[in-house]
Amino acid sequence: MESKRRDRFQTWIYLIIVTVTIAVFLLCLCLGSVNIPARDIFRVIWDAVNGLPSENSLARSVIVPVRLPRVLCVALTGAALALAGAAMQGLLRNTLADGSTLGVSSGASLGAVIAIAFGVSFPSLPFAGTMVMAIIFAMVSLLLILGLAYRLDNSLSTNTIILIGVIFSMFASSIMTIVITFASDHIKSITFWTMGSLQGSSFLNALILASALLICSVILISHSSELNAFAVSEENAGRIGVNIRRVKLTVLITVSVLIGVCVSIGGSIAFVGLVTPHMVRMITGPNHKKLLPVSMFSGAVFLMLADLIARTLLNPRELPIGVVTSIVGAFVFIFIYYRSRGGTRSNA
Amino acid sequence: MLEISSLIVSYGKRKVIDDLSFSVSEGQWFMIAGPNGAGKSTVLNAVSQAVPYLGSIRFKGREIKTMKAGERARHIGVLLQNNQIGYAFSVEDVVRLGRYAYRSWAFSKEKSDDESAIADALDATGMTYLRNKSVFTLSGGELQRCFLAQVFAQQPELLLLDEPTNHLDLVFQKQIFGLISEWLKVPGRAVISVVHDLSLARAYGTHALLIKDGRRAAIGTAEEVFTASNLENVYSMDVNGWMQSLLKQWE
Repeated sequence: MESKRRDRFQTWIYLIIVTVTIAVFLLCLCLGSVNIPARDIFRVIWDAVNGLPSENSLARSVIVPVRLPRVLCVALTGAALALAGAAMQGLLRNTLADGSTLGVSSGASLGAVIAIAFGVSFPSLPFAGTMVMAIIFAMVSLLLILGLAYRLDNSLSTNTIILIGVIFSMFASSIMTIVITFASDHIKSITFWTMGSLQGSSFLNALILASALLICSVILISHSSELNAFAVSEENAGRIGVNIRRVKLTVLITVSVLIGVCVSIGGSIAFVGLVTPHMVRMITGPNHKKLLPVSMFSGAVFLMLADLIARTLLNPRELPIGVVTSIVGAFVFIFIYYRSRGGTRSNA
Repeated sequence: MLEISSLIVSYGKRKVIDDLSFSVSEGQWFMIAGPNGAGKSTVLNAVSQAVPYLGSIRFKGREIKTMKAGERARHIGVLLQNNQIGYAFSVEDVVRLGRYAYRSWAFSKEKSDDESAIADALDATGMTYLRNKSVFTLSGGELQRCFLAQVFAQQPELLLLDEPTNHLDLVFQKQIFGLISEWLKVPGRAVISVVHDLSLARAYGTHALLIKDGRRAAIGTAEEVFTASNLENVYSMDVNGWMQSLLKQWE
């Protein structure tokens, strides 16, 4: 009886979050510097897909090459960052864990800043330099952090990982400052990028994000039980038969790929990965079987709304999306943390 | 069931367990006792592969080191004295994790075996009425029963208990020891338990091992081990006299 009611509640949550995501997606397509009615959007996209000319050429020129890829990238980035945050918070049993706490975001940012400052690029794929560097640096940061953590404490305990992650973030920020000092010509683009921006996103960006998200979400959701075990406690996970080291490495590498791809396309966007899983946990509870998928949709909604504010608040000027997520996220986070403080539960 | 031979565990240069050998058979409740720092918990940690060691630990003839984590969890369950939970899981969620080692693959549906094992474990520990409650709302004793239910759901043959009732009040101590006694009645099972409370060790243990400075001081049936002279040798005090004087107050 109780479990049937819970299943029904779960189905409702999925239905609601999917509906809200689609609605917000459409809203973000409609609103902007030029407002376009929803029916025109469907027609314009239909015409573009079928290669037909459109009656409303202004709508088509705004929606197809500019707004659609941007909103898609925003939604996918939000989903990826929230998924990464939820997985990290479960794995490290720490509500403050996130790509930024682990140091992977800072590592990825450093890679991207070096690419921008020194003009690292590949001839056929102009933006690939930033992406490849961000992913490489995210992975290298991860290896460094894990290597150091392993040397200090060979069980790879969560406290050691977070401590080294924070120290590494500070180190990466210092190196970034040095790089920026030597690349004064690029200061504007680097600063704008470090605050996060998905302006000028392309369908190729969306495709890369979608592929990364698809692969990484399957890997992470298939590790829901393991993440539940870690979220209870790492010690408990070991006792019930979880291969601690393999699962930790799989989750950490998957998360760093997600963050590396997101950072390379949208810059460093704070608070999405930290705040979204918090909000979702209040509705779904901590079970990762529900938490991970719902966090993905909620992260997409959160970032699409933040991007909408960034685009429309000071129209025609645009705010960096990271500024909006930080302002909104900081307040939401304080509120949530105040409500849910209490930390861990122990029988001691 | 379990054979330990020439076990050596070192923390840095210090040998915490020094050449310890013993075996545990089916049906035994094997108590490990000794003063603080004698290495009691370290023995359990070695069996559950939580610390590196030298020597051999065999379960039913197989070296435990060679078993995969999942396989080990299907044979050996561990209940610690302190259990911490990071998030507000339901009691059922925590107990369900006990079935992790029986999963065939990541997206597989839970089998009816799992459901019945979970229901039995909740029932045996008297936690059925709390199954949907958040673990954050449980008392210390209830939380320990919740983890005992998780261990029962694992359906192990060997249960390792590290001072499972150390900080619990008398009612919960009696409950937990009573539940484990019931569990042990099924043939093919055994319990190894580290205890500080010698009265509990004497009352529930069938066999015992006294450890001093990481070495075996006495081994045998509970009656043979918990003698006045053995205890005085290990604890360097008249344990028997002290226990008797405490009891006198209740006469």
